Amino acid sequence: MKRFTVAILVNNQFGVLNRVTSMFRRRQFNITSLAVSETESTQFSRITIQSEGDEITKQQLINQLYKLPDVKSVLEFNPDETVSRELLLVKVKNDPEARSGLTAASDAYEGKIVDYTKESIIIQMVGDTRKINNFVKLMKDFEILEICRTGIISLERGATTIDKNVFI
Amino acid sequence: MKLSGSDIIVRTLIEQGVDVVFGYPGGQVINIYDSLYKYQDELKHVLTAHEQGASHAADGYARATGKVGVCIATSGPGATNLVTGIATAYIDSVPLVAITGNVPTTVIGTDGFQEIDITGVTLPITKHNYFVGSIEDLADTIREAFRLAKSGRPGPVLIDVPKDVQVAKYDYEPQPVVEADESRAAKDIRIQQAAECINEAQRPFIYFGGGLITSEAQDELLQMAELIDAPIGCSMMGISGVPTDYPRFLGMQGMHGHYACSMGMHNADCIIALGARFNDRVTGNRAKFARTAKIVHIDIDGAELNKTVTAAHGLRGDVKKTLQKLIPLLKKTEHPEWQAKIAQLVEEEEAGLDSREGMTPRNVINALNRYLGENTPVATDVGQHQMWAAQYVNFKNSRRFISSGGLGTMGFGMGAAMGAQMGTGERSVLITGDGSFGMNLNELATAVAENIPMVILLLNNSVLGMVRQWQTLFFDKHYSNTMLTGRQTDFVKLAEAFGAKASRALTLEELESSLQEAFAWNGPYLIDCAIDKDEFVLPMLPPGGSMDDIIVRIGD
Repeated sequence: MKRFTVAILVNNQFGVLNRVTSMFRRRQFNITSLAVSETESTQFSRITIQSEGDEITKQQLINQLYKLPDVKSVLEFNPDETVSRELLLVKVKNDPEARSGLTAASDAYEGKIVDYTKESIIIQMVGDTRKINNFVKLMKDFEILEICRTGIISLERGATTIDKNVFI
Repeated sequence: MKLSGSDIIVRTLIEQGVDVVFGYPGGQVINIYDSLYKYQDELKHVLTAHEQGASHAADGYARATGKVGVCIATSGPGATNLVTGIATAYIDSVPLVAITGNVPTTVIGTDGFQEIDITGVTLPITKHNYFVGSIEDLADTIREAFRLAKSGRPGPVLIDVPKDVQVAKYDYEPQPVVEADESRAAKDIRIQQAAECINEAQRPFIYFGGGLITSEAQDELLQMAELIDAPIGCSMMGISGVPTDYPRFLGMQGMHGHYACSMGMHNADCIIALGARFNDRVTGNRAKFARTAKIVHIDIDGAELNKTVTAAHGLRGDVKKTLQKLIPLLKKTEHPEWQAKIAQLVEEEEAGLDSREGMTPRNVINALNRYLGENTPVATDVGQHQMWAAQYVNFKNSRRFISSGGLGTMGFGMGAAMGAQMGTGERSVLITGDGSFGMNLNELATAVAENIPMVILLLNNSVLGMVRQWQTLFFDKHYSNTMLTGRQTDFVKLAEAFGAKASRALTLEELESSLQEAFAWNGPYLIDCAIDKDEFVLPMLPPGGSMDDIIVRIGD
């Protein structure tokens, strides 16, 4: 099954995320990643959802999204024309044997150590999903205490933006 | 002008052209009922026996008139009792506005007495819903709800108004009736491609659903059928969309559809689908559905295109406006071979029709047909009687078959027939069964209180016939919980106890005199019409089967 990512511009209102995800649930569309935030306008929020399925599923999903009155625009990303990022925070056990390996791994992936105590280190990492996955795999050689990821956020390359004037 | 929230609700309903609302009072709508009392000369309220009846009545009113139906219920159980009615309207695309009260905003979220998260409950069965947290938004929210309910593909919208918002005061200025959003034709390029496909067809078939009725595209449909020499069929939701006796019309398609219609559609090389959604009762086994046909699918809801069947040409747009652009691109053609095939199918169908004498479902409905006016709304409940009604009732005009298609809601008919009567001013008919009627027969009280002229034709076979039919065919006659013989309900006495007129018909002669009396009576009249428990709805497409598996008569 192919994964795809869409950005959904919605009214910035109480309960909107529930309306969107409720539609996903009842029509059995899978959500593999989800990120939500306000936009430059307080009027709108932006939901970025990664889902999976064939072309018909994708089209059906987009059509169903447009039926929600709170959905103002849906942008489907072409992976070649998209900048996608996730942020990872991983807390690993800090001990003298692991220390040098951890910092080397973090450096190699351009990560940043944002918390350092005797017992634990938090590494912050920004990248696309594959990079984050690879780094998490690497961290499994150490003792992971906790992991947290933001989910994918995406913007199209170039000056084009999600259309805020599309009202369907 | 400063008004209370409850006054604003009622004034906004009046402003939006509502002439009747159906509902039931309760603790958290008592203010709305006070306002209804105040404005009773301008807005009629019908007290139903149960909130479910109110929701079905609003639905029946909307189906019969095309206007938005309105129902009101209190919080908690009042609101949840609306749910089946809202879901029924949702799946059949009926414009409805449901208004519920709720506990004050200060109590919301604390599990207060009769508090329920009705916006949460109705999320998947409304086009949209609102919790009105402040009085400033109240009037505009109601207007927006009306706009949404009637725009595009219509549907129900719920507005939940907490008690303190009903009590608060705010400025109110009347506004004009909100218009539905202007609908558009499909894109020209799509219409062009569809026209080419239709022009190449040798065996075209026009298939329509409820969307044709909503779009009021009957004239365009018939014009196209004549132009391309195509037979016409419909889904159950399409019934009454074209006159039953129109020569090209083959009736309903699907699980219990007319044989010629189902087989005709199965053999077509191009199906032009108008405002229909190809659900499983229509397609049977999707993989085997209309394999030889290219589908041209026109629907105002883009999400219906390629949802269950793949369309060669999916046209998103208003059916009427799209047909107006499509028709000039179509070539006048004749398909004598195809018409001969259809004529042969019709002949086969007619040869297989039930020609027995006595109280057979077909004879009963035909007896009724002689009493129906051109504009009589005929509502049904759900089950065998519904399918017999769909197969045999003659319709002249659109919006006159009032039946729960998508949800299949037993108990729909009593409320719906009352609402349809009130919306049209015509005597209405309810065809029901003893199972379905049992679900909401309490609404007889409403029909009597409002003195609603309606004929209730109760096909009484002492079984849950449709389930029993499946048990006979697919479950080795294990009649699990489908025998109602132990109940011994005397429906004539029951109707009389409610204050309605009633009579029993055991023979066609008795039925005739009952019908005569019923259609002359100015009020609700129930006919307890006895039919055999082993009557079948035929033809039948077995669930998951294809048209090749169609059962035409038992023993085949």
